Amino acid sequence: MSNFITEITPNRPVYTDNDPQGDLTTLNLGPTHPATHGVFQNVLQMDGERIVSGVSTIGYIHRAFEKIAEHRPFYQITPLTDRLNYCSSPINNMGWHMTVEKLLGIETPKRVDYLRVIVMELSRITDHLICNGILGVDTGAFSGFLYLMEEREHVYEIFEEICGARLTTNIGRIGGFERDFNDIAFAKINKFLEKFPPILKEFEKLFNRNRIFIERTSGVGAVDPETALSYSWSGPILRATGVDYDVRVNEPYASYQDFDFEIPVGTTGDVYDRFILRNEEMWQSLRIIEQAMEKLKKEPKGVFHADVPEFYLPPKEQVYNNMEALIYHFKIVMGEVDTPKTEVYHAVEGGNGELGFYLINDGGRTPYRLHFRRPSFINYQMYASMSRGMLLSDAIINMSSLNIIAGELDA
Amino acid sequence: MAKISNEQVIAQLNAKFGDQITTPTAPFGLLSFEVAVDHITEVLTYLKSDETLNFNFLTDITAVHYPEQEKRELAVVYHLHSLTNNVRVRIKVFIPVDNPKIPSATPLWNGANWMERETFDFFGIQFTGHPDLRRILNVDDMTVFPMRKEYALEDPNRVDKKDFFFGR
Repeated sequence: MSNFITEITPNRPVYTDNDPQGDLTTLNLGPTHPATHGVFQNVLQMDGERIVSGVSTIGYIHRAFEKIAEHRPFYQITPLTDRLNYCSSPINNMGWHMTVEKLLGIETPKRVDYLRVIVMELSRITDHLICNGILGVDTGAFSGFLYLMEEREHVYEIFEEICGARLTTNIGRIGGFERDFNDIAFAKINKFLEKFPPILKEFEKLFNRNRIFIERTSGVGAVDPETALSYSWSGPILRATGVDYDVRVNEPYASYQDFDFEIPVGTTGDVYDRFILRNEEMWQSLRIIEQAMEKLKKEPKGVFHADVPEFYLPPKEQVYNNMEALIYHFKIVMGEVDTPKTEVYHAVEGGNGELGFYLINDGGRTPYRLHFRRPSFINYQMYASMSRGMLLSDAIINMSSLNIIAGELDA
Repeated sequence: MAKISNEQVIAQLNAKFGDQITTPTAPFGLLSFEVAVDHITEVLTYLKSDETLNFNFLTDITAVHYPEQEKRELAVVYHLHSLTNNVRVRIKVFIPVDNPKIPSATPLWNGANWMERETFDFFGIQFTGHPDLRRILNVDDMTVFPMRKEYALEDPNRVDKKDFFFGR
């Protein structure tokens, strides 16, 4: 009896090695492994500490969101999007709401757009904080991670103030927000804008010129732009290879065209470049939030949703006391609103890249078909071939810096 | 923002492929058209390699099931993006459910590999020429293609959510 996994069904890969002298070892990395931060399985053929070949097995937390979405009215799909990339769920929520708004032809007021930009950029910061913090942990530096987690906590407190939830936020409504940001939320955002830059600066000081960190990360997982484009990479890891593709600039949504910010690009596309690039994106996000806070001062106060009573859930006080509001509430919750029979693709720049929603609507209560273009799924497919020839420890930090989120990978 | 217009893209395609490009529409500004399954590889190759069009980025591949359309039950949908011109295009290929075969796009884009595996996994579309066409998200032993419309999500005996209760 061989020690190697033999063929079980015709569909499964064969893990037996063509190595009669037994020099190669089969290493089953995952599905639950402390170094992989999520449910990832890679069956690797190892020659000593070097990876000869690998097979990625995914789908361990597949929850059939696309099937479920075909049976849910638009409002009930927002919580599903939360659970895609749960490190930056507000971006997913907003992306979904904007898809529906595009379908229904809803124009949102500028103030709503700016509030959305604040929420999306805050969640981009949390997403990049996790990725870069964990990358530090995987290279052996735990303290940076701890500094950053405290700041992520402050962002979550802002989300809590806005919508009541922290991780899976279900934030916003079709047409705007469920309620206006209160003064405490604005105070917390201002405090964050004041307190976060020194921490990020300190984090960069710990890593950017750190000899150990540079030697661990520089040159690891370097990808040229042609290969990255051929694998349909998007987001920070594509920009680290030198391609300046960002949905916020290419197809501005939520009034991103009103803001003055830069898209950082890398040169080599290795782990170090991705790290530097994510840090730089956080600075740019801070810049955008500051501008948005300035712009909000000029907008009329108290506007937090578009005036679309047939699609925007009425406030609860009105539902209980007012017949029209009750009717609208019922119709919206049951998906009984008339929607155009057409199809729409809307993309937003998620934490990991282009997050797309392809919605086919047949005018019924639920989408006829909803497909999520999930950046983690598409970015991850190069991982096994990238790992060939790498040291195992390099493959681990390479996975960290790709920032694959299992929820988005498996949907 | 876009450097070339949808009209220019469709004019160039018509000049090259004639009447094989059918039913061009542009819902919400995104040019979409249909191609017969015999010509999809040529069209994709042309869109990718033509120097002015330059649709070099494969955004997405997915499928849709329309059980009531005779001989056109399954639609394979490609989203391409020309990063240099900043234009997107959507290509649909309708194929019959009893012979769901379509040439694979993996020779053109490496990224098509998993997208096609996912589409195969959920709709049972056979991408001919795909190097490794097996299930990706569902378990290997599964015998059905769950995103097809005949597989209901909920208990089929449950009637309280049927559309006719809501006047549809």
